[in-house]
Amino acid sequence: MTTTLDSTIAKKQETFLSHLLGNQAFWVFIAIIVASLFLSQATDAYATTKNLYNISRNFTFVAIIALGMTIVIITGGIDLSVGSVLCLCSMVLGVVMHAGYSIEAGIAASIATALIVGAFNGILIAYIGLPPFVVTLGMLSIARSLAMVASGNTVVFEFGPDHDKLLSLGGGAWFYGIANPVLYMVVLALLTGFVLKWTKFGRHIFAIGGNEHAAILTGVPVRRIKVAVYMISAMSAGIAGIVQTGWLGAITTNIGTGKELDVIAAAVIGGAALAGGIGTAIGAVVGAALIEVIRNSLGLLGINAFWQGCVIGGAILVAVLFDRIANYRRAD
Amino acid sequence: MAVLELKKISKHFGAIEAVKDVSFALEAGEVIGLMGDNGAGKSTLVKMIAGNFRPNSGTMQMDGREIVLHKPVEAREHGIEIVHQDLALCNNLTAAANLFLGRELKTGFGPFKVLDYAGMYARAAEIFVELKSETRPRDLVKKMSGGQRQAVAIARTRLSNAKIVLMDEPTAAISVRQVAEVLNLIRRLRDQGITVVLISHRMPDVFAVADRVIVMRRGTKVADKAIAKSSPEEVTGLITGAIETV
Ligand SMILES: Nc1ncnc2c1ncn2[C@@H]1O[C@H](COP(=O)(O)OP(=O)(O)OP(=O)(O)O)[C@@H](O)[C@H]1O
Ligand SMILES: [Mg+2]
Repeated sequence: MTTTLDSTIAKKQETFLSHLLGNQAFWVFIAIIVASLFLSQATDAYATTKNLYNISRNFTFVAIIALGMTIVIITGGIDLSVGSVLCLCSMVLGVVMHAGYSIEAGIAASIATALIVGAFNGILIAYIGLPPFVVTLGMLSIARSLAMVASGNTVVFEFGPDHDKLLSLGGGAWFYGIANPVLYMVVLALLTGFVLKWTKFGRHIFAIGGNEHAAILTGVPVRRIKVAVYMISAMSAGIAGIVQTGWLGAITTNIGTGKELDVIAAAVIGGAALAGGIGTAIGAVVGAALIEVIRNSLGLLGINAFWQGCVIGGAILVAVLFDRIANYRRAD
Repeated sequence: MAVLELKKISKHFGAIEAVKDVSFALEAGEVIGLMGDNGAGKSTLVKMIAGNFRPNSGTMQMDGREIVLHKPVEAREHGIEIVHQDLALCNNLTAAANLFLGRELKTGFGPFKVLDYAGMYARAAEIFVELKSETRPRDLVKKMSGGQRQAVAIARTRLSNAKIVLMDEPTAAISVRQVAEVLNLIRRLRDQGITVVLISHRMPDVFAVADRVIVMRRGTKVADKAIAKSSPEEVTGLITGAIETV
């Protein structure tokens, strides 16, 4: 009796292959590969070093924020303020450096701004119990307005004594010709993946998204974790803002407008479930990559840019259908 | 000396007095059946003992010393474990992850500690064997049967050396065979000197394992009696109010 019970208990439900095939990020990855193979045949411009360099750099900003967004989404929340926070943090960086302070001071001020904004969102959500959608919608408006106040609604393109350092931070490629933003993204993705899979904090993030009430009853510090999660999200927007400023070399007050939608789309395409409890770091990255490949390829194929929205929207719908289809097949 | 003694414990939610001036003492190795109609305050009472709620008034003593519980972790440190009525499981996590939720095992050295997946799977498997439940540690709770979910919730109480195990309707949704298994588990716990509080609406279960029955009605304790000196008819009367108090 005990031997059969032992062996039943020891059984693994999923093999590596079935796990992979049920993984949405894997299929998005396949889609990117297939699209890339097709595009490299269909146009000469796609598989050039320059184009691939551009694609890989362009999607990193969305991907970096999507990493933070994925963590928020796993807890069952949402952060609509990231586009504006990106702008605000870029502005703080620009204004501080423009005033003659060092790049370190600029980055510190920028990250501190992000953390304060994130803590503000998180406290209203976790301790006052306001809905994330509403709180971060409010912050979307507030952060952009603050960015305008901070800059007097002007363009900042002069970054003081450390001007060149900032530009090489975002625009350079010091590692085997890989664009710096890509390096930052890879590091942040690895870090996010590690935290989600291997730490207690990561485990608790999933628990909150799965059943918040159960997490509270078992003594998970739900409120503190929620505050931390919104701080991480804002910080990812801040980091993206800093890097993007270094790359673009100028900041306007409409930078990052509407970016929250790209970011949420990337997270969802990568498999994060808006109902909470599900999401991966790799999903955020491949989701962002797919969106950029779609953009890039439509341009190269000479398709009117007005169609972009349809294709990206279609990808979002396919992504949310994926889960249904996978479950449907299993139920059969 | 009593393992746990409650003195005039009360808890209200706004205007609702969920628990009013309840006092009782639990001895080591005793099984107490806690009964009462829906909304009588049973879950609220055990949640206070488990550190989920703070009482509005009254005191709790363990082994003669007063304790104040601010959170579930503190109750567990005192050796108090609970199976919640709604099981408190996360569907998106595995059985093992649920079992260890809030007290995950870690491995590594110094400050570099990561979750100990292997250790948690192994310990979870041990406990499921002990409970004679065909529950696989790696399965997602989402895909489990009602009985397996119950097993996961009950398995949590076996993680540490508990002194008191509170079970809030542990047999509500499971088969006859599994009910018998849970009742056997309760007996084994009692034989180890562990105190068990069993909340149940099922008269036969309570009369099968309990030494004593406590009946609550609208937040107050209306009876506290040895099972041998009571009967299902009397307890039913106490629950419904046909018998005022004993
Ligand atoms: N978190 C809460 N907030 C507000 N009221 C609550 C809360 N928990 C319980 N109550 C109220 O307290 C009273 C006692 O509820 P409790 O859950 O303790 O009853 P119970 O005896 O466990 O009932 P059942 O047999 O249905 O589980 C009820 O009137 C209930 O509505
Ligand atoms: Mg109850």
